[in-house]
Amino acid sequence: MPTETWLIFILIFMILGSITALELKDILSSIISIGIVGLGVSVAFLFMQAPDLAIVQFLFEIFAMIILLRAFLKKDYHQESTSRLNWLLSGVTIIVLIAIFLFSISVFNALPPFGQPLLTTAEHYIAHGAAETGAANLVASVILDYRAYDTLGEITVLFTAILGSLTILRIQSQRKKEGSESS
Amino acid sequence: MTVYLLCFLLFLVGFYGVLTKRDLVKIILSLTIMGYAVNLFLILFAYRDQALFPILKEGVNMEAMVDPLPQALVLTSIVIELGTTALLVTIALKLFQKYKTFDITKIRRLSG
Repeated sequence: MPTETWLIFILIFMILGSITALELKDILSSIISIGIVGLGVSVAFLFMQAPDLAIVQFLFEIFAMIILLRAFLKKDYHQESTSRLNWLLSGVTIIVLIAIFLFSISVFNALPPFGQPLLTTAEHYIAHGAAETGAANLVASVILDYRAYDTLGEITVLFTAILGSLTILRIQSQRKKEGSESS
Repeated sequence: MTVYLLCFLLFLVGFYGVLTKRDLVKIILSLTIMGYAVNLFLILFAYRDQALFPILKEGVNMEAMVDPLPQALVLTSIVIELGTTALLVTIALKLFQKYKTFDITKIRRLSG
């Protein structure tokens, strides 16, 4: 089968998985369905000839599932109460989103067809990457040489996010400590 | 074309979740879905027919390679997404400790 057919199959699978994840009541099933979607993205990256991305996406999926399960599994989970207003709201939202989808078809018609990209910047990287940076893996040469400041910014954002979550967790434990000291 | 539309549909499913769900966990999952769709769209947009992965090897034609640039940028984006998800999960846990619920319509003290 050609690549496009495989991709359509994987994408339909992912859409079904995400709808399942959003509509299920059980939180464990939701998180596992999100795992289906993420691993589908990983397989799609393999079909798009991006092995580095497939590995990173796989790791991301496993880490995200561990974090989500560890955080949300043991909480006593409150059921969503579906009132009439909520149904109305979902209906209006679905109609608006379908309208957006229909209007977007012409936008996607204006794009170049699948498999013939317009991007031309990368030709320089492909032609001169090995000579200028000495890396056989061109993705690594872009990350670590041509756009190293980008990677520095990424590390900064990641560091800030981890610092923020650690700070929030620390505030909790300090409040508990004060509570235990006063009581 | 069909692939682009399906990818946009995946994004819209995530958007629907963000707009209508009242559960913090479901909102975090929807944000993750939107991130997947955007990453996948960038890579789909850069794919060239019959091209190989951008790793230099003897005997492989240099012209027949996919763009390495979007792949590098999406690599950055995936890692940042993990950090953002971890931060969101921490904030949701903190809210749960304070209000004993994940339902955003019951978390009202911030809205006055």
